[in-house]
Amino acid sequence: MRNLTGADIICECLIEQGVDTVFGYPGGAVLNIYDSLYNYSDKIHHVLTAHEQGASHAADGYARSTGKTGVVIATSGPGATNLVTGIATAYMDSVPMVAITGNVACSLLGLDSFQEVDITGITMPITKHNFIVKDVNKLADTLREAFYIAGSGRKGPVLVDVPKDITAQKAEFVNKPLKPYTVNVTMHQDDCIAKAAELIKSAERPFLYTGGGIYGDDGAKTLKAFAELIDAPVSSSLMGQGSFDETDSRYMGMLGMHGTKTAAEAIKNCDLFIAVGTRFSDRVIGNPKTFAPDAKVLHIDIDPAEINKNIKVYHQVIGDSTDVMKKLIKIIPQQSHTDWIGRIKAWEKQYECRQKGTEELTLTPQHLIETLDKLTNGEALIATEVGQSQMWAAQYYAYKHPHQLITSGGLGTMGYGLGAAIGAKCGNPDKTVVNVAGDGSFHMNLNELVTLSKHNIPVVELVINNNVLGMVRQWQRLFYGKRFSQTTLDRPTDYMKLGEAFGIKSFVIDSEDKCEEILREALEVSKTAPVLIEARIDKDINVLPMVPAGKSITEPILEIEIDD
Amino acid sequence: MTERNVISVCVNNGIGVLGRVTGLFSRRGYNIISLNVAETENLGISRMTIVAEGDEGVMEQLVKQLRKLYDVSEVKVLRDAVCREHIIMKVGNGPASRQPVIEIANLFRAKVVNVAESRLMLELTGEPEKIDSFIGLLQPYGVKELVRTGISALERD
Repeated sequence: MRNLTGADIICECLIEQGVDTVFGYPGGAVLNIYDSLYNYSDKIHHVLTAHEQGASHAADGYARSTGKTGVVIATSGPGATNLVTGIATAYMDSVPMVAITGNVACSLLGLDSFQEVDITGITMPITKHNFIVKDVNKLADTLREAFYIAGSGRKGPVLVDVPKDITAQKAEFVNKPLKPYTVNVTMHQDDCIAKAAELIKSAERPFLYTGGGIYGDDGAKTLKAFAELIDAPVSSSLMGQGSFDETDSRYMGMLGMHGTKTAAEAIKNCDLFIAVGTRFSDRVIGNPKTFAPDAKVLHIDIDPAEINKNIKVYHQVIGDSTDVMKKLIKIIPQQSHTDWIGRIKAWEKQYECRQKGTEELTLTPQHLIETLDKLTNGEALIATEVGQSQMWAAQYYAYKHPHQLITSGGLGTMGYGLGAAIGAKCGNPDKTVVNVAGDGSFHMNLNELVTLSKHNIPVVELVINNNVLGMVRQWQRLFYGKRFSQTTLDRPTDYMKLGEAFGIKSFVIDSEDKCEEILREALEVSKTAPVLIEARIDKDINVLPMVPAGKSITEPILEIEIDD
Repeated sequence: MTERNVISVCVNNGIGVLGRVTGLFSRRGYNIISLNVAETENLGISRMTIVAEGDEGVMEQLVKQLRKLYDVSEVKVLRDAVCREHIIMKVGNGPASRQPVIEIANLFRAKVVNVAESRLMLELTGEPEKIDSFIGLLQPYGVKELVRTGISALERD
């Protein structure tokens, strides 16, 4: 038993939880915590970002890419509110994160003191749970509980607010064994599994759809075995990209607003839709009335509240997706749906579409991302910003591992990617990490370039520059009579000079024929140092296919005419 | 079909817990008709009785979302329960109204808890429907002010 300050207790608890990397930004209310981090610097590596938002996205990217809980530390008031977008992003995508914020001393709480904000009140709807610790004797157990909540069941962010005096006060500290994560819901019964197996056995045209609830090699292997056993074609949500190896012939491409036409045809014609570890986002189902019109829906998920929320299901199994699939594999004999798979193959051939530039040799995003895929052997961790660039990164890179694509799917946070890439690289120093950005998103949080150069975090920042806010422009073209209100950016930013100013080697790609050569050179440099690449494309390349919001998922637009 | 449901929710007795529950209702667009909360036999646990409106789908979601809250330990939609509500009201428009008001109060076994020159203060405990008709019958005599607790309820064994 040791008598430690609250700040030391925080560090001890982090070590107890296996945390070796934290992201954050110092300030008045966390002075004691940072003083303690100074002592613990050999055990806890602190990555200082340019802005708390960047730190929150870094903790998120770290968590997604390592499977561990990400940790971010910020001071009271504006430090804490700057975390809000990052916490909300993590919440929407079920990312385990613990945010530790300082607050003013207990005696100053509620008095509108300097840099005081009610951060537990503010983050209530965007955390799994949050705490304010007003008794130093409860600090350690509260932190332990925060990690437990973040990592158990459906994962998510938890915030712990610690007033400054608590970090200075002392309490007895004893290490405790980790509480194992549980599913924490009433688990499925055997007859429930048996009914699911019956449904699968009697299906003639099954459709296997997966989401972000598949984790790690075990999840991916189980999913592959399951798909082969039930002989179903596979599609994934944006969050599920890579849960099923996209180079596998069973894979139909993404499902949803910018999913493939093949997946859309399969939805229209399937008789059993099996959703595993996914939540039926509106971006996937389009109009719920016309979703999978001839199919029974079988939903396998860890969160009971997702059942019947957006889509009425025929049968559900509540539990860890991988665990449930393993149980199903044991009791289902090998299925065969040769005709059905044949039809899928025919659609794939019929609806194959290549992106076209407006002029010959113009660089297309498709060519760019496919070249990136080729040069990185499809093994890079790809972070994204939000919008067209995000969709291109999702569509044209063939992911092979769950959560290899690190993207803000639920909240759609522009400015997410660079911070997330920093976190991903810190957690995976041996992997190539690329952030695929658009010029719009890039300008939101480009300050984190300095984090790359200062700490020499060798991330590839790939900015696809079309000089417009492309996705919004695409909607304006289709639904707002081509009135391009505030989406023509045409910013004078000189990316070469900008990179140089931050001490980052920079490259420009402006034609298809030079794409591979420059990208290869940049990737070579990125083995030891961060790089910035500006890839110039035409402003009117659209993301296709596209299902307009609320329209039937089975009828995507395949072409948009550009006549201006 | 939209109908009123009585939900019994056991929560940790702590600061901000009420906010977490009502916050869930407001951000998901569930409508609270009444809400009643107080300590139970276990000082660490409070029981909320919430009357909410919604069809079957809404109620299913509401219950599941409530169960996800860290501070919530039990959620039940009550089907066979004893439901009671308490009311305190000031009634009367002059001395002449006193007698008929007392008559109605006696019929409902309500208690007169205060007597002023022109008004009486009454209290009554009963099922919500009984409270409704009590108020209705007293309307002609001038209902000046009233307070209702909302339903509190316990399931029958």
